[in-house]
Amino acid sequence: MSTDLPEPEVKAHYDVVIIGAGAGGISVANTLAEYGVNVVMFDESSRPGGQIYRNLETNASKLTRLLGRDYAAGKKILTTFRNFIDKGLIEYYPKAKVWYLNSDNEIGVSKSGLSYKIRAKKVVIATGCQERPMPISGWHLPGVMSLGAGQILLKSASILPKSTVLAGAGPLLWLLAYQYRRAGVKVEAIVDTAMPSPWWSTSIHLLKALVAGEYLFKGLYLMLNARFSDVPIHRSVTHLKAVGNQQFESVSFKCNGEHYQIRADTLLLHQGVIPGLHIAEAAGCRIQWHGPQQCWVPVVDKWGKSSQNHISIVGDVSGIEGAKSAALSGKTAGLRLARELRKISGVQLGRLSFLSRLSRRRHQAIRPLLNVVFRVPVTYLNPPDEVVVCRCEEVTAGTIRGITKQGCMGPNQAKAFTRCGMGPCQGRMCSSTVEQIMAHELNRSVADIGRYRARPPIKPITLGELASTFSSPES
Amino acid sequence: MFQLISPSLVDEPVDLIEISINQSQMSVPSAISVAAALLYLENAVFRESPVSQSPRGPYCMMGVCFECLVEIDGERNQRACQIEVYPGMQVVIESTTSSSIGAEEEL
Repeated sequence: MSTDLPEPEVKAHYDVVIIGAGAGGISVANTLAEYGVNVVMFDESSRPGGQIYRNLETNASKLTRLLGRDYAAGKKILTTFRNFIDKGLIEYYPKAKVWYLNSDNEIGVSKSGLSYKIRAKKVVIATGCQERPMPISGWHLPGVMSLGAGQILLKSASILPKSTVLAGAGPLLWLLAYQYRRAGVKVEAIVDTAMPSPWWSTSIHLLKALVAGEYLFKGLYLMLNARFSDVPIHRSVTHLKAVGNQQFESVSFKCNGEHYQIRADTLLLHQGVIPGLHIAEAAGCRIQWHGPQQCWVPVVDKWGKSSQNHISIVGDVSGIEGAKSAALSGKTAGLRLARELRKISGVQLGRLSFLSRLSRRRHQAIRPLLNVVFRVPVTYLNPPDEVVVCRCEEVTAGTIRGITKQGCMGPNQAKAFTRCGMGPCQGRMCSSTVEQIMAHELNRSVADIGRYRARPPIKPITLGELASTFSSPES
Repeated sequence: MFQLISPSLVDEPVDLIEISINQSQMSVPSAISVAAALLYLENAVFRESPVSQSPRGPYCMMGVCFECLVEIDGERNQRACQIEVYPGMQVVIESTTSSSIGAEEEL
C-alpha cells in the first residue's frame, strides 16, 4: 500500500522555513530570495497575502479600488513574491498546515492529507494576528460574526450582508464602515463601545503620533465619512447583547441612559486584534504581557529574534503594528538571517536595514494613541456571569469565576476543572477572557495569572495525517 | 443573509458552479470558501454544538474559531472557511434544527 503514496515533494531540509504568507512572511521571503537563500514558505490559505492582502492577486480592479489604497499597496510585495516563486527561488506551499514546531527546529506540516517532518536551519514565525474574542451575551448565535469575518467575505467572496450592525471599537470598525458604504451595504447602526479617554494622555500620544500623520489623516477621514453618511452612530455604548432564538435577530444596548434594540440580519463584533501565538509558544519562545495593548506578545529583539536562537518572529504576531510595519520587520529580520547564513556582511546588514528600522519606528508612533483611544472596556475582558466564554465547551464566565473563588490556581487548572479551552479551537477563542476573569477575581495582574500551555498538534490533524508523516532520513 | 456585491462594482460577471449540499444541487460563485457559499445561500446554521446542541455558524472566517465545521466529500469536521468550493463538491451540514437547505424538499 505504502508504494501507492506519492513521493513527498516537500524536502527534508531547508535553510529557512517561513510560516505564514502575510505582509511579514512575504517580506522575509522576498529579502532572503534576493540574497540567494533557499527558502520555503507554508501558508494555510489557498492564496498569498494573509488577512490584510487577502485575494489581492485575484481580485478585480474595481473591487480593489473600493477596498482602498492601503489594500492595493500590497501588490508590490506580492508581485515580487510571485516572480521569485516563478524563478524557483522561493518554494511556496499554500493550503499547508504547520502543526508542530520544537526548539530543535523540527517542523510538522500537513498538506493534502499527508504530513511531513522537516528540519530547518532557521524558522520564521509570521502567523499574524486574530481578532480579540468579544464575549457578549448571545455572541455564539449564528449570524453574529467578527467584523474581520465581514471584511474577509468581501475580499475573498465579494459577498455582503443584506443588513448589519457594526459593534465594538478599533480602526477596522471605521474602515469596514467606509468599505461597506462604498459597496452599498445597508448598515443599520454603528455601535461604538469605545469610552472617552483622558484628555491628557490622549494629547501626549497625539503629539507623538504626528510623525505618522497619514494614520491620523486616514482615521479622521474614515470617521468623518461615517459621520456624514446616513448610518446612525451610537457612542460610548454599554450593556451590549446579541438577541435571538435559533439565530441572531437583534442587538440591544444602552446609550446615554436610553435602551435601544435594533434588528438586523447579522451583527459584526470587533475589539481590536491580538497576536496568534500558538506556534511560537509551542516552540518554547518566551512571551510577556503587553499592558497598553492588553495582550500577550513574544519577547523579540529589534531583529525579530525570539528567545529561541533559531526562531525569528515578524509582523503582527510579534506585537500589533499593522501591515506596513509588518513588511518592514520582515525585511529587517530577512537581512539579519541573510547575515547569519553568510550571504551578506555585517556592514551590509547595517546599511541595508537602516532605512527599514527607521521607517518602522515611525509607523510604531501611532500605536500608543490607538492603544489609549481604543482601549478595551473591562466588560469585554471580564464579562458578566451568564456570558459563554468558551464557545467550544460552553463554559460561562460565572463558572470560571466560581472555580477561581474556590481556589483554582490558573487557566491550565481551569481546563481540568471545566474543560474550558479543550475544544477544537484549542483556547484561541477563550484564553484572553479566562486570564482576565481570573486576574480580576484574584486582584492580580494577567502577567501573574499566565495562560494556557500551547501543545502540539497546534492545529487539529487526523490520525491518518499523523501516520503518513514522512520523516527526514537520519544522517 | 449575504448577497453578491452589485454587478456594477465588479469587472466581470461572477462564474457560478454547482455543488451538492445535503444532496441538493446548488449554484454558488466559484473560487469562494464553502463557508462563504453557505452564507450566500442564506444558510446561517452550520452545525449544532456538541454540548447543548445549540445552533452554530461561522464566527471568524479565518480558521481560528472552529465554529464552521461541516462534512466535505465524506470527511467530517472540516473548517468550511478554509476550503474552496469546486464543481461537484459534496457538502453535508450536520445540523438538524434550522438548516434552510434541503429542508424544502422534505416538505
